[in-house]
Amino acid sequence: MNKLTYLDKLESEGINIIREASANYKNLVLLYSIGKDSSVLLHLCKKAFFPGKVPFKFLHIDTGYKFEEMIKFRDDCIKKNGIDLIVYKNLSKEAGKLKPEDASSDYYIYHKKTKPLLDALRKYNFNAAIGGARREEEKSRAKERVFSVRDEFGSWDPKNQRPELWELYNTNIGEKNSMRIFPLSNWTEADIWSYIVKEKIEVVPLYFSVNRSVFKRNGIYIRVDKFNKPVSGEKVIRAKCRYRTLGCSPSTGVVFSTATSLEEILEEVKNVKKSERSTRAIDYTSDSSMEKKKKQGYF
Amino acid sequence: MKKKDNNSNYTTIVVAGSVDDGKSTLIGRLLFDSGQVYEDQVEAVKMAGGINGEIDFSLFTDGLSSEREQKITIDVAYRYFFTKNGHFIIADVPGHEQYTRNMFTGASKADRAIILVDVRKGLSEQTKRHLFILALLRIPSIAIVINKMDLVNYNEKEFIKVKRQCVSFCKKIRLNGPLFIPVSSISGDMVVRKKGNMPWYKGKTVLDFFEKMKISPENNTKNLRLPIQLVVRGNQYFRGYAGTIEAGEVLTGDKVMVLPSGEKTVIEKIFVSGSISPSATKKQSVLVLLKDNIDISRGDLLCKNKKPFISNDFLAYICWFGREKMNNKSRYFLKHTTHTTSFFVKNIEYVINKNNFLARQNKESMNSNDIGLVRIRTQEPIYFDYFSENKSMGSFIVIDELTNNTVAGGVITKNCPRKEPILNEKRVLNEKHGAILWFTGLSCSGKTTISSRLFKNLKSKGIKVESLDGDIFRKELSLGFDYSKNDRVKNIKVASYVANKLSNHGIIVLASFISPYRKQRNDMKKNKNFFEIYVKASIGTCKKRDVKGFYKKAQLGEINNFTGISHPYEEPLNPDLTLDTDQLSIEESVKQITNFLIFKKII
Repeated sequence: MNKLTYLDKLESEGINIIREASANYKNLVLLYSIGKDSSVLLHLCKKAFFPGKVPFKFLHIDTGYKFEEMIKFRDDCIKKNGIDLIVYKNLSKEAGKLKPEDASSDYYIYHKKTKPLLDALRKYNFNAAIGGARREEEKSRAKERVFSVRDEFGSWDPKNQRPELWELYNTNIGEKNSMRIFPLSNWTEADIWSYIVKEKIEVVPLYFSVNRSVFKRNGIYIRVDKFNKPVSGEKVIRAKCRYRTLGCSPSTGVVFSTATSLEEILEEVKNVKKSERSTRAIDYTSDSSMEKKKKQGYF
Repeated sequence: MKKKDNNSNYTTIVVAGSVDDGKSTLIGRLLFDSGQVYEDQVEAVKMAGGINGEIDFSLFTDGLSSEREQKITIDVAYRYFFTKNGHFIIADVPGHEQYTRNMFTGASKADRAIILVDVRKGLSEQTKRHLFILALLRIPSIAIVINKMDLVNYNEKEFIKVKRQCVSFCKKIRLNGPLFIPVSSISGDMVVRKKGNMPWYKGKTVLDFFEKMKISPENNTKNLRLPIQLVVRGNQYFRGYAGTIEAGEVLTGDKVMVLPSGEKTVIEKIFVSGSISPSATKKQSVLVLLKDNIDISRGDLLCKNKKPFISNDFLAYICWFGREKMNNKSRYFLKHTTHTTSFFVKNIEYVINKNNFLARQNKESMNSNDIGLVRIRTQEPIYFDYFSENKSMGSFIVIDELTNNTVAGGVITKNCPRKEPILNEKRVLNEKHGAILWFTGLSCSGKTTISSRLFKNLKSKGIKVESLDGDIFRKELSLGFDYSKNDRVKNIKVASYVANKLSNHGIIVLASFISPYRKQRNDMKKNKNFFEIYVKASIGTCKKRDVKGFYKKAQLGEINNFTGISHPYEEPLNPDLTLDTDQLSIEESVKQITNFLIFKKII
């Protein structure tokens, strides 16, 4: 019998985690955010239950400022794969007032992402949610468990985490608690692209390099589109570029790149000099910003 | 960053040391010198480091803001990196005593371990604790990194002094051959580069240890262990059993046994990674379809060849993490593979001394961070192998019933079967093997008498047993069959069919039929669960026992086709058991069968 490669092992581990979640929680949901990690999650879910169907719903928290291409990809992909998707938006006044320019502020993250996420979980009675976060992405995520308990406010307490031994996940939770589950914990960005190449997984076209009109704001280059209009002093340039991660259009920067195929992207990622989240304005607010957001209930 | 080879494996390395041994600095240095740190992370660390812009290597690893404030690592953190020689996950665990659980956690997943020792301090209690845990969790490849060599002028004698202390301790806890590496994380000597400060050291660097040391993988036996994690239902015709193979391999067409029911079935299809595969091996997540429609749920086990232990009672080393002490009056949950059940600690055999990790102490309870050997009794039996044979099949976690916290981890070292079975054990014993005891012999030889006595005996022990008797059978089921050869064959066919169906549910079937034809009995014997018991008696004895006078009627020709008189009886040539009822009393016969059943592990 052939020896398993490290990608086989990661896949097998991911499937094991998804099945463990499915076996233990009746009200389970998958947080679908449309990006490459979500595409890999969807692929693993299909494999975990094949030839059966994925038995839980997907949830997308829409800020209203996502790239148009993402929304189109989401709708096509969900339809093609027969997934039951819930789209949830914060329709409150506070959220309505927020403009694209606010997209990198903590206030925006709270009202557009964290709060609607917690509200949606409560509304639909979900007590367990699968997410695509990876430990490699960010320093505080490096300390996250695979099965991570949240209190009744959805908050993460990094100092009070359960030890996680072998592959014996403690799935027990009290009535008021909920569980966040991370099947991709041990995957790196390069692993994600290697797997996408190997499995020929579809991803949002924004990951591929084409000529785009971009301008510099808050230290990152963002695309000119219906949400982002350059003001005076902001010089628009036309350049071959692509997105390394996908979030809200106003807070997600491009990387300059010539990679137009999955193989070229993989090659680029393997040789990259900057960390993945360096194109995301939201993590930069302070040195420990992700940790703070996770304590509030962010994924 | 360096290129990655898609076919390379990944290795998980636990790195541990006491506070201030310089662990975060070592890891930071390792990542930095092997080109694993992104430019923006270097910038961020330079910013956070402040003052003179020098790089504080520990900041690459110490993630949480509260840790930075205290300058200590408070939790397990995972780092990922790859070189042209491999793909690595570092589990970075802290060394204070109150966080020992994190060492146990990090080590539980590790293929290799690095233990840091400050050359000026030598072998500390914490180092002993870490080494003890590595020995307990059977980590196959260990390096002891003697750090801060720059602070002792890179003096070889200082290195050898600490090395000797460690070697002596390792011998006492039977930890074989760790590698010793002198290092200065600050200057980077012997982390990635062999620099000039320690020309006396000719051995491996820390990176060499990561990349080049061979690890002998855990033996994979031929004994399949597939704990059922989830039943996947597609529609009414499709029921798949999903799980991760913990040992052995599985092939389409394999005959497998289901525990605890003991039912046997055949693997019809295997799905690996979303497509059909002819086989699957250890650590693969699979979904199997079975030939028979039998009742299997999460927590059951599919096995092949040698069975695991099935027991409520065993000895295990546990490391207690709970804030509250372990209370042997309290019930806890035990999660083993995909199976969760309740248990009590029956006895604390001993607790390992926290200062020297050698002495065994008698204690009434276990506190947080205690490691001890305990005797456990579970509510439902679990199916396990020893931890030394298979880590996944021999490990478990303990969950507090009230808080749901994980309060201990454990490794099973010994099965303790008890003489007087408790209720659950009995249930498993009788469910693990169905069997057909086929009593053949002349009319009035004693088949029904013996089997009904046996029936009562087994029943009183709580064993699932059913009796099929020739006379009753003909009245209730095989109506209209006469005693011609043709109809007798048909009658036995029906009886055999029913007996088979019953035994598939773990029932012991006592079938008493004259069944005079050797060939037909031999055909039934092809079933492994079928046992031919010849109830032997001479015609003379049978006649004496014949209260209804059948023999007399047969001899007078009033009954046709009477076995032994006007119809042949073909004696068994090779029965599984012969009961000579000319010689044996009913009790003695029952006793012989009971011994036979125990010998065959049916009860």
